[in-house]
Amino acid sequence: MTNESKEFQELVEKQQAGLLKPKDRFAIPAQEMPAQDALGRRSTMSEVALGYTPMQARLEAMRCLQCKNAPCVEGCPVRIRIREFVEAIANGMFQEAITIIKENSLLPAVCGRVCPQEVQCQEKCTVGLKFKDVNQSVSIGRLERFAADLSKGCGAVPAVAPTTGKKVAVIGSGPGGIVVAADTRRAGHEVTVFEAFHKPGGVMVYGIPEFRLPKSIVQEEIDVLSKMGVKIVCNFIVGRTRTIEQLMKEDGFDAVYIGVGAGLPKFMNIEGEHLVGVYSANEYLTRANLMKAYAFGRGADTPIAVSKNVAVLGGGNVAMDAARMAVRLGAENVYLVYRRSEKEMPARIEEVHHAKEEGVRFCTLQSPRRILGDAGGHVVGMECLRYDLGEPDESGRRRPVAIKGSEFVLDVDTVIVAIGNDANPLIQQTTPGLEFNTWGNIVVDDNCKTSMEGVYAGGDIVLGAATVILAMGQGRIAAAAMNQYLAR
Amino acid sequence: MSFKILSKRQLSENVFQVDVQAPLVARARKAGQFVIVSPDPDAGERIPLTIAGANSAQGTIRLIFQRVGKATAQMAELNEGDALGYVAGPLGRPTHIENFGTAVCVGGGIGIAPLLPIAAALKEAGNTVVSILGARTKELLILEEEFRTLSDELIIVTDDGSYGRKAVVTEPLETVCRRSPKPNLAIAIGPTIMMKFCCETTKKFEVPTQVSLNTIMVDGTGMCGGCRVEVGGKTKFVCVDGPEFDGHQVNFDLMMKRMSAYKALEQKAYEAFREHVCKIGLHHKTTI
Repeated sequence: MTNESKEFQELVEKQQAGLLKPKDRFAIPAQEMPAQDALGRRSTMSEVALGYTPMQARLEAMRCLQCKNAPCVEGCPVRIRIREFVEAIANGMFQEAITIIKENSLLPAVCGRVCPQEVQCQEKCTVGLKFKDVNQSVSIGRLERFAADLSKGCGAVPAVAPTTGKKVAVIGSGPGGIVVAADTRRAGHEVTVFEAFHKPGGVMVYGIPEFRLPKSIVQEEIDVLSKMGVKIVCNFIVGRTRTIEQLMKEDGFDAVYIGVGAGLPKFMNIEGEHLVGVYSANEYLTRANLMKAYAFGRGADTPIAVSKNVAVLGGGNVAMDAARMAVRLGAENVYLVYRRSEKEMPARIEEVHHAKEEGVRFCTLQSPRRILGDAGGHVVGMECLRYDLGEPDESGRRRPVAIKGSEFVLDVDTVIVAIGNDANPLIQQTTPGLEFNTWGNIVVDDNCKTSMEGVYAGGDIVLGAATVILAMGQGRIAAAAMNQYLAR
Repeated sequence: MSFKILSKRQLSENVFQVDVQAPLVARARKAGQFVIVSPDPDAGERIPLTIAGANSAQGTIRLIFQRVGKATAQMAELNEGDALGYVAGPLGRPTHIENFGTAVCVGGGIGIAPLLPIAAALKEAGNTVVSILGARTKELLILEEEFRTLSDELIIVTDDGSYGRKAVVTEPLETVCRRSPKPNLAIAIGPTIMMKFCCETTKKFEVPTQVSLNTIMVDGTGMCGGCRVEVGGKTKFVCVDGPEFDGHQVNFDLMMKRMSAYKALEQKAYEAFREHVCKIGLHHKTTI
């Protein structure tokens, strides 16, 4: 027996005897996530983070202090019983762990991978606070992923209540829509999910790349819905193919959930944004992911820019995804241009870390002033300004201030704009009677109910820019309210 | 849902007309709207095509497309009884139709197809419809009969003079604009360069002009922004703000540059496909 496994055995025995003291727990090193080699993965789409081994998972779980007040749960938008599932993993009860997680989260394999844990559950973790470093918190997300992946392939189909005769329409098959479909179907309603694209999964399919979230995981969740008897209709644009009013008055739907996402990319409104080679991150990632542009000429026909030097504008997860995708599509230099400093970046720490490992160059405190083109209208460069951080603004982050005369030209042939989305106007254009705020987001109450009877909404179309887990959380709330509404 | 082709006609060497089963689209569509189609349900390109007509009783829509690249070549290979991979729509804002008085409808090349339902709707709303159709040569002129039936006046021009007058469409358009009273509305659909010059012509006479833009597009629902154009100095998305815009406000020069974005890659895909089909053709006698 190696030293390592001997120590592990001792820890396990202590854990099971209830003798593991905080001192012992603090002494266990935070487990590193095994990952593909940084250089090798620059040319492959397969998943970067490989997942914990069972031994790593148990070691990491044993680092948890099992705090009585479980502050981590406070940080979780869907209130997963984190303390309990982590303890189950520490004890090697992996099946029990996943059962506990699934009480509150329907998509643990997804959330374990894409949740911004460092600003949610892990931010509150006592272990992280003790070491004064959020990176030293118990890796709850990785443990969640570990438990979820173990049950991959044996996707248990939730029980469905006897049919109620009520019909539910779910618009959009992203994370929110999936949760609403599952929860309302469980209550015995007849559920149809409408998806505008030719494949279901929403942002998890067109947006988040394979190397961060394998498509097979999303497909498995969709398959579970189908097995539950949820009908999934693709190529159906609610508002255009049928309006919400038609669905309810003519097609017999008793309740509707709108989870269409944000989906109207913002641009910088600077000179040169119409040049060939300027993309929204949505377009770039959709071409690359959903439309498989990476396989252009090898079974796929969707073209994408063949780039040498790429600038990505933004500092969020989508910007990281686009930059890392550009690396994989063969760009020699990928610059991430962000006008604040790295500290203010909204992206997950792990994505920032992975992007840097893969050679993405971080150009912080810089912002484009205009994009330069040649006579044919192709991008040939981007003029930028350097910035300093000034006083904090209303968001609490220090406001970037341009440094006069600091202009310089970045040599790029492709520019990807990843600065967020506005609300998609399609539902607003086609649904009179539905209340929207000034920014075009749907107005809902605490139960995600809109101004229209029987119509609920959640996710980005309500919150503006949100996350997978927030969309899921709203889906949960909405589905509960819809089930109650339909039971009247 | 199966998007079966119920009938197919070849209108010219590279232009095909198909009636496709898509009952929901057929029911919902209005003049000026488009669909996104693909010959392949899984991969392939998503092609935006304006709906050329519909039969809601039969549940079919009429699509007219030109064989220009791999995906359209694949579509051209399909026959009656075959099915398209998918049809999604109708998309875009419908044309604003009312009785304006006299409407001059200008169509060039394949643009004649999307013009047809708009011209028909304008006629039905009580307008006097003057149609100007242009093609490079006689063989490439499509839908002449349909336009002859619905128009109060039909002017045909060809670049080489093989049919109608030897002229480009702006010539008769200018003549019509000079009439008194001048037309109340012009609609121009065709190659970008044609729409640009039509708009320059009508602007001189202050005839309000609508154009229908067919830009590069991925989703068709506002999500990608690939279809963006500059209209009146502002960025607009063809899919959700259009496809029709005030032609006098559109920056056509920018649009033309954006349209060329993937020419080389598209050519590559098309050539690879042609080579592939020609090889198959040795056995199956299919040629393109």
